[in-house]
Amino acid sequence: MARPSLEIDARGYCRLTGTWTLGELARHLAQIRLQLQAVPAGSPWRLQEVERLDSFGAMLLWQRWGRRWPRELEISEELRGVLTAVAAHSGKPLPRPPLFTPLAALVLLGSLLFSFLHHARDLVTLLGQLTLDLLFLLRHPRQWPLKELSANVHKVGVKAMPVAALVGFLIGVVLSYLSAMQLEAFGVEAYLVDILGLGIIRELGPVLVAILVAGRSGSAMTAQLGVMRVTEEIDALATMGISRTIRLVLPKVLALTLVMPLLVLWTSAVALLGGMLSAKVQLGTSFAFFLEKLPQVVPMANLYIGLGKGAVFGLLIALVACHFGLRIRPNTESLASNTTASVVTAITTVILVDAMFAVALRNVGVPL
Amino acid sequence: MVKGLAPPVVELRGVVCQFGDNLVLDGVDLTVWADEIVALVGGSGSGKTTLLRHIIGLNRSAAGEIFLFGEPLWAGNYLDQQNRRRRFGVLFQQGALFSAFNVGDNIAFPLRELGVVRENEIRDLVAYKLAMVELEPEHALLMPAELSGGMVKRVALARALAMEPELLLLDEPTSGLDPDRSAAFVRLIRRLQRQLGISVVLVTHDVATLSSLAGRVAVLADRRIISAVSLEETRQLRHPFIERFFGPSAAMD
Repeated sequence: MARPSLEIDARGYCRLTGTWTLGELARHLAQIRLQLQAVPAGSPWRLQEVERLDSFGAMLLWQRWGRRWPRELEISEELRGVLTAVAAHSGKPLPRPPLFTPLAALVLLGSLLFSFLHHARDLVTLLGQLTLDLLFLLRHPRQWPLKELSANVHKVGVKAMPVAALVGFLIGVVLSYLSAMQLEAFGVEAYLVDILGLGIIRELGPVLVAILVAGRSGSAMTAQLGVMRVTEEIDALATMGISRTIRLVLPKVLALTLVMPLLVLWTSAVALLGGMLSAKVQLGTSFAFFLEKLPQVVPMANLYIGLGKGAVFGLLIALVACHFGLRIRPNTESLASNTTASVVTAITTVILVDAMFAVALRNVGVPL
Repeated sequence: MVKGLAPPVVELRGVVCQFGDNLVLDGVDLTVWADEIVALVGGSGSGKTTLLRHIIGLNRSAAGEIFLFGEPLWAGNYLDQQNRRRRFGVLFQQGALFSAFNVGDNIAFPLRELGVVRENEIRDLVAYKLAMVELEPEHALLMPAELSGGMVKRVALARALAMEPELLLLDEPTSGLDPDRSAAFVRLIRRLQRQLGISVVLVTHDVATLSSLAGRVAVLADRRIISAVSLEETRQLRHPFIERFFGPSAAMD
C-alpha cells in the first residue's frame, strides 16, 4: 500500500502514484484535495503509475475534472474501466426528500388532527372489543384467560409494591415535614392530620401510583405487544384461532384495573405512615392521636374516591398501553416512538381525568 | 497487487470457540487469499455463523489466532482496530439495515462516519453503489421497512461495499430469496467480485449458490474445517457429512 500522491512532472503532466483507495485517501484527504485544486486547468493527466483505484478515488478525480474527460489522459485500460463506470453514474442527482413548506406545515397540522381522531376511534374500538369479549366470556366461562390474568396481576401489582412503597413513604415524609413547618408558624399544628389525610388519600396516592405504573407497567405492555408483533407472535396466535384481545389485551387491562386500587391503598397507607413518623419527629404528635384523628377529619367518601380513581386510572393506562402496542410496526423506530407515545399519553390522560374528577366531585367528601 | 507477496486476507490458526460446556469450534484452520471466493459449508448448528462472527471480531475465540490482512485481528489500539474493520464489509443474514434511516442514508452512513468525505461526493457515491447493486436512484428515499427481501439484501450489499472493502463476508446471502432472485443475486456478487477484485468469504448451505460462486469450499464438520479445496475435489472426498450434503448431485455426476 503506497501512499497516494500527485505531482506535476517536468513535461507539465499531472502524475498520480500510489494507491488511490478510500482507505488510503481518507488519511491524507485534506492535503490531496489541496493538491488537486492546485493543478492548473487544462493540464494533461498521467495515471499509469496508480497501483489501485477504487470508486471513491475515481469519483474524486471525476469531480475534479468537472465531470468530463480531460483533453490528455494516459491511463491503463483497467483504470479507465473503473472511471467509466463511476462517470456513468456521477452527477445524476439522488431524489431529495420533499422540502418543508408552509403548505406542508398546514398538511402536518391537519394530519395531526386526523391522527388524534384515529387514535380516539381506535381506543373506543378497543374498549368496545374488550366489552364484547367480556360478554362472550360471561357466556363461556371456560375461555377465561385466568393464567394470564394471574401472571399480569403478579407482574403489574405485586412486583410494583416495593417501589410504590418507597416513593410513597418518601413523599409522605417530605409533605408532612414541609406542611408542619408552615402550620407551626401559624400555631395550628393539629391540622397536619387533615392536610395529610385528605391530600394523600384523595389526590396524591392515586396520581402518584398512576404515574409510577404508567412508566413501569404501561411501557412494558406496549413494548411487549410491539415485540410480539415484530416477531409475528401475534399473527401466530391468530392463526391458532386465539383472539389477541382476549388472550393478550384483556388480561392486561383487567389486571391493571383490579390491581390499581390495591396499589393505591398500599401506597397511601405507606405515605401516611411516613407522614406520621415525620409528624412525630417534627411536632411530637403521638401515633395514637394521629390515628384517632384521621377518621374524624377525613370522611369515608375520600377513600372511595381514591380507590375509584385508581381503578379508572389503571383501566386508562392499560388501554392506552395496549392501543399503542398494537400499532407498532416491525422496525425499531416505530417501537421507540410508540412506547414513548404510550407513556406520555397515559400520564397526560391520567392527569386530565384527575382534573375532571376534581371538578365533578368538588362537593363530595370535603368537610365544612 | 502482486499476489505472491501479499499476506493472506484471512488466516485462522487453531481457533477454538466454547459457549459454556458446549464446544462449538475446536481448532479451526483456514487461509483465504486475495481475489478468492471461499464458501463455508456445514450442517445446521455446525458453527458456520459463529466462525464468521469470530472472523469479523464480534466473538472472541477461547484459543487460537485470527489474522486479517496479515495482522492479528485484536492487535493495536482502538484506532488501529477501527481501521482494520473498515477494510472489510459484512452482509448479515437479515440485512441488518438501520431501520431509522432510509436506503440512501444507510449506504452513506459508513462514509459519513469516516468524517472526511463531503456531502456532494457522498451523493455521487451512493448513486453509484445503488447502480452497482442494480437499484434505481429513486430507491434511496425508501425506508428499510418498505423493501422486499431481495431489495434488503441488495441495499445491505451496497452498504457493505460503501467503504470499498478488500474483503466481503456474506452470511447466507441467498437465504429467503426465491431461486430466480437467488440466482440473480449470486450473479451480482460474482460480477462485483470480478469487477472490484475483492476476496469473498460466504456462509451458505445452498448447493446452487456454491456451484456458481465458490472457488474453494471449506467444509466445517466435527468442529473443525475438514477440507478446503475446489468443489469438484470436495465431491470426491469420503466423509459422512460431505456424502450427505452433496449426495444427490454427486450421484448425478
